[in-house]
Amino acid sequence: MITVFGKPLRGPSSLTRLVLLVLLSVALMMLDHRSQQLERIRAGLMVIFYPVQVVASVPVALYHRLMDALTTDQELKEQNDRLEAERVQLLARLQQFEGLEVENERLRNMVGAAARVANRALAAELVEVSTEPFSRRLLVRRGERDGVYVGQPVIDAYGIVGQVTKVAPFLSTVTLITDPSHAIPVLDNRSGLRAMVFGSGDQDSLTVPYLSAVADIKEGDLLVSSGMGGVFPAGYPVAVVTKIDNNPSESFLLVRARPSAQLNRGKQVLLISPSQAATKGKAP
Amino acid sequence: MTIITMTVHTRGRTILLATFGIAIIMNILPGPTWAEPFIPDWVALTLIYWCMAAPHRVSVGTGWTLGLILDVLYGSLLGQHALAKAVIAFITVKLHPQLRMFPRWQQAVSVLVLLAINQLIVVWIRGAIGQAPGTVGYWTPSIVGMIVWPWLFVVLRDVRRRWVS
Repeated sequence: MITVFGKPLRGPSSLTRLVLLVLLSVALMMLDHRSQQLERIRAGLMVIFYPVQVVASVPVALYHRLMDALTTDQELKEQNDRLEAERVQLLARLQQFEGLEVENERLRNMVGAAARVANRALAAELVEVSTEPFSRRLLVRRGERDGVYVGQPVIDAYGIVGQVTKVAPFLSTVTLITDPSHAIPVLDNRSGLRAMVFGSGDQDSLTVPYLSAVADIKEGDLLVSSGMGGVFPAGYPVAVVTKIDNNPSESFLLVRARPSAQLNRGKQVLLISPSQAATKGKAP
Repeated sequence: MTIITMTVHTRGRTILLATFGIAIIMNILPGPTWAEPFIPDWVALTLIYWCMAAPHRVSVGTGWTLGLILDVLYGSLLGQHALAKAVIAFITVKLHPQLRMFPRWQQAVSVLVLLAINQLIVVWIRGAIGQAPGTVGYWTPSIVGMIVWPWLFVVLRDVRRRWVS
């Protein structure tokens, strides 16, 4: 130990250090929550610690590699046939869709509503790591360099997955619609009822609060994004209503829904860039 | 003489960093969602061990840094886990003479309390910004942490005796 005038030289006491670090944490949290000033620092730190995540994702990556290696030619051929059949079906439906799109645009012009514009999609591979316990987030291998921005909607083949919340140069964090902090405005596809869908932290359950007992909603209804709020483009499937509890002592219905997107299967997601016209003027 | 103690010291630090590195990787290992309540906070457990066994080397600052690294890896609010880890490091360092004397089961109960404080701080912060997880399962990682503590203690004690001091 270094001594100065016979007394051991020490840094600040541990209580002082604790108080300083607590104050620093509080300041960091407030800055991080209220402003964008820390985004550069966070992006830098995300890049620095990315190797740790790569190491943690090795077991699952190896497992996928092994599964790929064990796939036989026969299985590949079967899969290929299945995909081919699926493709033909999808193309057949697309023929109709294009006709409908033109018709829809013409009708929208007639009533003076803004035209829907097709969205550009960017495929993003997942980094197989877990994030904060009891939160629902994904890490994807796309970032600022690919044009990813905070608030960008994320979908998969079946519906809305979530939105981008943190961006680094080649990485970003996606908050899923099932995260307890997430909410998304929706429309009941059958009745046109407006609602909000909240995450519960549970991986296959969402809640739809604040609906009165007379609201026109049924089990099995598809909830699609309404485009209000301007984050998500309108018309993408979000969830299917699974359970409605009408407790007379409560002022609202207790509605549960299951996400349409396959949130914890799949190895990649799509980041979509809605154009201005697609997110604005969507009121029917 | 000084050179020898120096090398022992730096090697000890490398081993310390390695245990923390492994703990961080174990915290972010991918797993199914249903397994989440059964995975203890390895970083908190390792931090508690070193704060108890080597409080002159590992204390509040180390805890804070580890927490900040977790915040970056988790994508959570910067400072959230840093605050929680700094607080449990402080308590452990303050109580380390008692904790060392405790029989193993009593030590495990103290670890449970420390882990619960860690989780409580995190859930307060998440609640304050409107995203507290509502499930009872949120608290089980602390209990699992208490159960694995005696084994982790033995492993880390052997590591410490062989390489650190």
